[in-house]
Amino acid sequence: MQNIISMKDINIAFDGETILNNISLDIKDKEFVTLLGPSGCGKTTTLRIIGGFITPDSGKVCFDGKDIKDVPPYKRNVNTVFQRYALFPHLNVYDNIAFGLRVKKMPEKEIQGRVAEMLELVNLRGFEKRSVNRLSGGQQQRVAIARALVNRPKVLLLDEPLGALDLKLRKEMQIELKRIQQQLEITFIYVTHDQEEALTMSDTVVVMNKGDIQQIGTPVDIYNEPVNAFVADFIGESNILDGIMRRDLLVEICGKEFECVDKGFGTDKPVDVVIRPEDVKLIPAEDAKITGIVESVTFKGVHYEMVVEAYDFSWLVHSTKAAELGTAVGISFDPYDIHIMNKMKKEDK
Amino acid sequence: MKKTLISSPYLVWMVVFIVVPLAMVAYFAFTDPAGNFTLDYISEVGQYTNIFVRSIWLAAIATVICLVIAYPVAYILSTMDKRHQGTMLMIVMLPMWMNFLLRTYAWMTLLGNNGIINTVLGYVGLGPYKMLNTQGAVVLGMVYNYLPYMILPLYSVMVKIDKSLYEAARDLGCNGKGILLKVVLPLSLPGVMSGITMVFVPAISTFIISRMLGGGSNLLIGDLIEMQFLGNSYNPNLGAGISLVLMVIVLLIMTIMNQFDAGDDDKVLM
Repeated sequence: MQNIISMKDINIAFDGETILNNISLDIKDKEFVTLLGPSGCGKTTTLRIIGGFITPDSGKVCFDGKDIKDVPPYKRNVNTVFQRYALFPHLNVYDNIAFGLRVKKMPEKEIQGRVAEMLELVNLRGFEKRSVNRLSGGQQQRVAIARALVNRPKVLLLDEPLGALDLKLRKEMQIELKRIQQQLEITFIYVTHDQEEALTMSDTVVVMNKGDIQQIGTPVDIYNEPVNAFVADFIGESNILDGIMRRDLLVEICGKEFECVDKGFGTDKPVDVVIRPEDVKLIPAEDAKITGIVESVTFKGVHYEMVVEAYDFSWLVHSTKAAELGTAVGISFDPYDIHIMNKMKKEDK
Repeated sequence: MKKTLISSPYLVWMVVFIVVPLAMVAYFAFTDPAGNFTLDYISEVGQYTNIFVRSIWLAAIATVICLVIAYPVAYILSTMDKRHQGTMLMIVMLPMWMNFLLRTYAWMTLLGNNGIINTVLGYVGLGPYKMLNTQGAVVLGMVYNYLPYMILPLYSVMVKIDKSLYEAARDLGCNGKGILLKVVLPLSLPGVMSGITMVFVPAISTFIISRMLGGGSNLLIGDLIEMQFLGNSYNPNLGAGISLVLMVIVLLIMTIMNQFDAGDDDKVLM
C-alpha cells in the first residue's frame, strides 16, 4: 500500500518548549491509524500539523507524495472532527452538514443528495431540521462526522472525538467509526489517550510520549511486544521491575534467576522487566521462588485485582480466583510472559 | 417570598423614578396648563416633522458609521491574545472617562473656522473649510461620543464565540472572509442589535452635540424638547407631547429591528 501522508523530521516548539522532537511518520492509504499517548505528548499537535492549522518549525509533510507545508487547511483534501464537535450553533443539522459543500458553491440539488447520503451513513435520518443545540452528545458527534465526511476527504482527522461521551455510547461509537471507515475506504487518523479505544479500532497504533514516537505497530504487537516500559505501562496495567540480564535467556528479578525468551542484551546488564498482571499466577508459597503478602483484593467484575507485596514491590495480579487477604502467597510466571526492555533514559519515565 | 424581598429596593426605585415620571409625561402631553384633557399638543408635534426626520436621519447615519468602525475593531479585539485584550479595551473606553461636555467642546476648537484643523490646512494653502455648525459635525460628534457603546456589546458577544468554530469553518473550506460572513456575522447579530440600540437611542435624543457642533440651524428633537422646558418658549405640555411621540417612534424602530433577529433565543433589551 502507498503512503498517503508522510511526515519527515518534524520539529516544533511553543514558547521555547519542545512539543515535537524530530518526528517522522508514514501513514498508509485506507488505514485506521491512532496516535496514542498521555496529554501533552504531542499527538494533537501532530494532527493539527496534518490538518494545516499549525506549521512546523522544520521538517516536511507530504500528502500523496506532494509537499503540503504551505497549503492552507481549506485547500487540503483533509477534514477534521473536532474535540468538542465545534458545530455551528446558528445552523440546523442539515445546514451544518451542507456547510462545506456550500462554501465550495456546489449546486443545491447535489448538496441535498450528498447530505441525505451522510445522514443515512451516521443514522440520523429525519433530523435535518433539528437545531444542533437540541441534540444529545452522541448525535452531535454523528453530525460532526457527517459534516466532515460529506466533503469526501481522503483523510479524516479525529481529535479525541469520543472523549465527552459516556462509556456505553463510546463503545457503540467505536464500532460505528470502524464501520464507517471500512465502508468509505478512507484513511482515519485518530487521536486519543484511551489505550483501549486505540486497541479496539486501529490498524496501526502510534504511541507517543513527550514529543517522541515510542513505538509504531499493530495493536497486537504493541500489547504483546512493547519496546519499552513506558509503552508497556501505557498500554494496559503492568508490573515494571528492575532486573539484571545475566546472560541470554536468563534474567534476575528480586534477586532470583528466571528463564526467559529474550536475548541480545549482553551480560549482567540492568534492564526493565515487564510482566502483565494477568500473566502473574499465584501459587502456594512453598513452591515459589518469590513469596509475598496479599495486601488488597478488589472485585472488578470479570476478575479480581490483587496487590501482593514482595521484595519491596507491589505486584499487580489479575485472577478469576481471589486469594485470602493477609496470607503469604507465591508468585509465578512463565518464561514467555517475561518482557525484557532496555532501561529508559531517566527523563522519559 | 424571599425573592420579592430582595428585589423590593429596585421595585420601589422603578415605581418612583420610572413609572411615576412616565405617567406624568403622559399626563402633561394630554392636558392643557389648566389640567383639561386635550389632543392639541400631540397634534402640534406634527409641525416639527422636519426636525424629527433630521434627528432620525442623523442618528441613523451615526449608528451605521459606528457599526462600520466598531465591527472590525471588536472582531480583532476578540481574537487577540487574552493578555492584550484588557489593555485594548481600556484604550477603547478611555474617552468615556472624560467629561462629555469637555469632549464635545474639544471638537469645537478643532473644527472651527479658526480652529486647529483649518489652521494646519492653512499652512499648506488649503481651506479654510466650514466644518463647525454643519450636519457633518453633528454626526462626527455622535460617532465620537457613542462609538464605545457600539464596540463593547459587539466585543462581549464575539469574545464568547467558540474559537474552534473558526477552525471548523477553515477546515470546511472557508478563507478569512468566509469565516467572517458565515460564522462571525450570524453569531454576532445579538451584539449588533444591542450596539445599534445603545448608539441610536442616545443619538436621536441628544441636544448637547447638536447645540455645540451643529449651531442653530441643525436643531434636533432633543433641542426642541429642552427649549420647551428651559428655553424662552416655555411649554412643558408640548415638551411632554414631543417626548411621548419620540418614545413611540424609538419603540417602533427597535421592534422592527428585533424582527430581523427573531429566530434567536436571546432577544435584545430595548
